[in-house]
Amino acid sequence: MRDSNSARNIDPRQARPRHATISGMELEECYRDGQAAGEVGEPGQYPFTRGVYPTMYRTKAWTMRQFAGFGSAADTNARFKYLLAAGGGGLSTAFDMPTLMGYDADHARAEGEVGREGVAVSTIADMQVLFDGIRLDEVTTSMTVNCSASILLAMYLVVAERQGCSWKKLGGTIQNDMFKEFIAQKEWICPPEPSLRIVTDMIEFCMNEVPRWHPVSISGYHIREAGSTAVQELAFTLADGIGYVQAAVDRGLDPDEFGPRLSFFFNVHNDFLEEIAKIRAARRLWAKIMRERFGAKTDRACLMRTHAQTSGVSLTAQQPLNNVVRVTIQALAATLAGVQSLHTNSLDETLALPSEEAVTVALRTQQILAEESGIVNTVDPFGGSFAIEALTDRMEREAADYIRRIDELGGIVRAIEIGYPQSEIADAAYAFQHATDDSEYVTVGVNGYVMDEGKALEILRIDRALEAGQREKVKAFKAARDAKKVAARIEEVRRAAVEDRNLMPHVVDAVRDGVTVGEISDVYRNVFGIYQDPATI
Amino acid sequence: MSEKVLRILVAKPGLDGHDRGAKIIARALRDAGFEVIYTGLHQTPEMIAETAVQEDVDCVGLSILSGAHMTLFPRILDLMKQKGVGDIPVFGGGIVPEEDIAELKTLGVKEIFTPGASTRDIVEWIRTNIDARA
Repeated sequence: MRDSNSARNIDPRQARPRHATISGMELEECYRDGQAAGEVGEPGQYPFTRGVYPTMYRTKAWTMRQFAGFGSAADTNARFKYLLAAGGGGLSTAFDMPTLMGYDADHARAEGEVGREGVAVSTIADMQVLFDGIRLDEVTTSMTVNCSASILLAMYLVVAERQGCSWKKLGGTIQNDMFKEFIAQKEWICPPEPSLRIVTDMIEFCMNEVPRWHPVSISGYHIREAGSTAVQELAFTLADGIGYVQAAVDRGLDPDEFGPRLSFFFNVHNDFLEEIAKIRAARRLWAKIMRERFGAKTDRACLMRTHAQTSGVSLTAQQPLNNVVRVTIQALAATLAGVQSLHTNSLDETLALPSEEAVTVALRTQQILAEESGIVNTVDPFGGSFAIEALTDRMEREAADYIRRIDELGGIVRAIEIGYPQSEIADAAYAFQHATDDSEYVTVGVNGYVMDEGKALEILRIDRALEAGQREKVKAFKAARDAKKVAARIEEVRRAAVEDRNLMPHVVDAVRDGVTVGEISDVYRNVFGIYQDPATI
Repeated sequence: MSEKVLRILVAKPGLDGHDRGAKIIARALRDAGFEVIYTGLHQTPEMIAETAVQEDVDCVGLSILSGAHMTLFPRILDLMKQKGVGDIPVFGGGIVPEEDIAELKTLGVKEIFTPGASTRDIVEWIRTNIDARA
């Protein structure tokens, strides 16, 4: 249907009727001294507007952490090794839909989805192949998984154990942000309350057993991809964070102890100034929340470390090479805002999972920023810019208004149950689509500067035979286990779930003896029930 | 064309939770004056075919971003045939490579909209290509 747009072209010399950000925030013609009043402060000092460390990238560039995962564990292991050899600084794992939703590859609901959007992991054997030949105490690993996060983390720990690595030395992050799932990403097993309990179990367990691990990455990325504005992304992400901190405090944990282990994840869209302001405001607002709301005494508990990813929805299938430019602008905004790690999307991601060539360009984009652009030489170079400081203040103020509204509704769990963030985001997404259809926002190659296109990109194809192979592997793995031991381990997890004891030690024991992702998820489904989303438009 | 208001089923098959597009399309079709039935997330092919029968729809729109389209689209078409509603036109949207679009069209999918399609294009396509069923 691409040709249908070809009549719509625009005159680049024509003045725009509005001067608003992608999120619809109107900007002034010029910002001047005196328009910003927020606390700018110093880098590395509360409230961390200018960054979480005093010297930032002068001492150490951000971690270039490319998200990877497709096909079988062996396919993804090869991509991991390729990225590490190409200079990637850390691993980041994408799992396929069945793994994310707690179904083994041999489940009927997994049909057609195995290894497509990420790597297929059902068993401890899959997890061992995934990290084969990679010492887990020498890399840091991020795993993007939420409702089955407890099981995947347990598997990671068992793989580390079998490699002879101490859990105390393991560094990395598991996404594990269930609130964001209900709000935006929509992959769940159980309802919000028991989901929060599992996340809190993991925070508690990691504090004691895996002290360098980040047990939850509070994620705005998907909120933005689902169509939120920048302010909504900021507000709902921090409101989710408040929910996790409150749950941990209610369990008797000390915010000064677990606070430093929380990490964040933001989207970086095309609107350069808005994005820099968003991340600066996020740090300042979170610092105040930890100190003023939760009484954290140490600075370490108040500083927000964040990963960022360039925006998937901003990429276009039309004229896909333009995506390299979009990703560069977004990556520049993220690094000027002072993020701790970054994933840059590949130019072909609007068509398929990235090819090796495309992912290399994406990684090289970060390396060029770090090595050639000079932005690493000074900390928070936009600090004190009239426009950036005024926008940072405004982002903080508008996000704080949303957080107040969520408090009035009774907190984030209640707000999710009544669909408040979901409907705010759906409204914003619809408004943006309308504005795009009306060419109020121009997307180059889509509703402006359209042309007939040449040959299509070479894209990564996942072999359809992979699914059958993976299904057989899982069946064979299950058949070879000690069935009595498996049943006993499943029963232990069930009892811990029912008796409200921390699930994690039992889940670790279970995966050690071969219990699968699907089997433990079934326990969760049986004990806690299945969540159903109200199907409203 | 008949006076009857077209009834359109918008469905999300499989495990994929990306419902931004499906919801925008559902709203845009409703705003364009069609009757829209939205199934919500995580529907099996059986559930979708059954809903198409129960709701007596004129057209089915499927949204898939997970890459499972080559399994799920044909399955839904087959099930609809088995249930005697193989004549209801099916269109789709999502991240679908060109060569898969060609193959899906030979299997009977009427149209596939990829990222960047405007809601106007989709509404216009329905007005032009879909008639009310007798």
